[in-house]
Amino acid sequence: MEYIGQIAFVIVLGTAIFVLFKRIKRIKSNINLGKDVDIKNNTSERWKNTFLIAFGQKKMFKRPIPAFLHLLIYVGFLVINLEVLEFVLDGLSGQHRIFAPFLGGIYPVLMNIFEFLAVAVLFSCTAFLIRRNIIKVKRFHSREMTSWPKLDANLILVIEIVLMLAILTMNAADQLLQQLNPEHYTATGSLFFSSFLIPLFEGMNTTSLIFIERAAWWFHIVGILAFAVYVTYSKHLHIFMAFPNTYYSTLTPKGQMKNMDAVTNEVNMMLGIQPEGGTPPPAPEEIGRFGAKDINDLTWKNLMDSYACTECGRCTSECPANQTGKLLSPRKIMMDTRDRVEEVGKSLAGGGKGLEDGKTLLHDFITKEEINACTSCQACVEACPVSIDPLDIIYQLKRYVAMEESGSPASWNSMFQNIETNFAPWKFAPTDRFKWADNLKKEEA
Amino acid sequence: MSDNTYNVPTMAEMAAKGESPEILFWVGCAGSYDDRYKNVTRAFVKILNVVGVSFAVLGPEETCTGDPARRAGNEFLFQMQAVSNIQVLNGYKVKKVVTACPHCFNTLKNEYPALGGNYEVIHHSTFLQQLINQGKVSLKGGGEFKGRKITYHDSCYLGRANNIYEAPREVLEALDAELVEMKRCKTKGFCCGAGGGQMFKDAEPGNKEVNVERTEEALSTGADTIAVGCPFCMTMMSDGVKNKEKEADVKVKDLAELIAEGLGEK
Repeated sequence: MEYIGQIAFVIVLGTAIFVLFKRIKRIKSNINLGKDVDIKNNTSERWKNTFLIAFGQKKMFKRPIPAFLHLLIYVGFLVINLEVLEFVLDGLSGQHRIFAPFLGGIYPVLMNIFEFLAVAVLFSCTAFLIRRNIIKVKRFHSREMTSWPKLDANLILVIEIVLMLAILTMNAADQLLQQLNPEHYTATGSLFFSSFLIPLFEGMNTTSLIFIERAAWWFHIVGILAFAVYVTYSKHLHIFMAFPNTYYSTLTPKGQMKNMDAVTNEVNMMLGIQPEGGTPPPAPEEIGRFGAKDINDLTWKNLMDSYACTECGRCTSECPANQTGKLLSPRKIMMDTRDRVEEVGKSLAGGGKGLEDGKTLLHDFITKEEINACTSCQACVEACPVSIDPLDIIYQLKRYVAMEESGSPASWNSMFQNIETNFAPWKFAPTDRFKWADNLKKEEA
Repeated sequence: MSDNTYNVPTMAEMAAKGESPEILFWVGCAGSYDDRYKNVTRAFVKILNVVGVSFAVLGPEETCTGDPARRAGNEFLFQMQAVSNIQVLNGYKVKKVVTACPHCFNTLKNEYPALGGNYEVIHHSTFLQQLINQGKVSLKGGGEFKGRKITYHDSCYLGRANNIYEAPREVLEALDAELVEMKRCKTKGFCCGAGGGQMFKDAEPGNKEVNVERTEEALSTGADTIAVGCPFCMTMMSDGVKNKEKEADVKVKDLAELIAEGLGEK
């Protein structure tokens, strides 16, 4: 009987680790459905970005109020995880507050800091719930925010609130137990925030207090482990993916589109241009499609982007097309990409048809009307706090439509034709190109 | 060509004389064909003449950089244009290019190197800023602009695309006018609606035109001049001002036009 708690804990922890491990493996193989692309250059610049943008939350602070609230949760998450470590060691060893004897006088200070952060997280999550559900901040209620994304967002906030309440409840009951049974319950001194809850439990007998303390402890640690698994199915995965995603984000100017080398080879051949050195270009690797029709045509970085997106909607709220009522929403581009990746990954894992299920990212998830509304102004790229690039996906989808389907809008096809025949996007004679200077050359200076 | 008219040499003419100019002025398609925007081209050439910069244009040898085709997804057409242009530019051993069009600027600067075209590419806002800082352009007391309000509309392909936010503003400050900012400016600048090939097609269904939204914001600053640094922004903002029936009170002008006016060149 003595070890029953420890055995139960090992089973719970083992199950959580097993499920998490499987989910991480799946997400990794899902991301690898994307095309390979070499992103290794300039590591110092990449670490700098990761430090400033991901760890330092630099881009979040373009909007100071949500940035501050988010910072409290972020710091709370980082620091409270230290307490989770103690929970795990306690659970495995059957001890209580295993760190207390080692840390001595520092322990109560740490506990007070944890409690402060727990209250800060409570405050921020409540404020976020109010912003979403009462103030109804516009970007949380646009078209792509259907029932699941809305529920997901609210669940995350409610779960975090409940988990923090469990810590405070546990500490309140624990403080009373320290007075009743000082031998077993290590003195922590008075804990500022949980002391406010003590009146709720005062006068209870030891058995009830032990029950409350243990229930809160189990609730918190099982809750955390369950939440960790939940996160891998949720937009909340950004708490991990934001870091690699920022590390691998583009370093070139935002205006620069990636060159399609497969096209360059063909263009050089058509124009009879010999590559430098006079040797013919190496046979291109399997060209596949020009542009992207489905997720396997995108790069692994595009797919990683979709897992890093927490659907905050800053991109969409700055998108000129979206803000003037067009269908395009950069956030939806990311959500659709992730939905499609998850769908294909799940199908493949179950021995299903995967990519060959008759659906594609373009058309079945993202329509031409959406991508045709893009002004490639890069406001979405600029706005993203974790440097996601929805525009890169839009460009690749547009390339597929133009080059594989010849499905561009008629006026774009005319523009293409004008460039081909008149060397200008408008239908003007090339011989008239220099006419602007005719009168100027006669004008008195 | 007499000494007291404006000089617009072409690369071919200069090459025939065995000369090569310091800069190539890349005019762009809008700069060559768009009736309103041709005035910007002429204004910039006047400034180059006044300052005595050694420059040339490609004239009839210039063709579209391919930018609108690329943004609309037609990578083949883009590269066909790019590779041909690079052959011409490399043939003339061009080192330094100045252009007034941010789309040409971005393409020449960022996208031609991958295809073998490596040049120092400068947008005319930066070039004008340099001339002002070097004292080569001295504006006559800014009398004409004194006390007037100018707002600057950021072009996406200068701003976010290439982080050029200050050069156009410094140019405007040299005019001695009051520079008033729109709420969405610099990194948060709101597009005019023409980028990504939108210039060449109707907008997708929505509840408002992007340029009208932006023009309303520009008008709300109370400025009598909306300064732009891009031919597409010029068209979109001018159309927006017409749409709001404000063309009598509010003018849309390019940086080069404003500086040329400041120099007393009409």
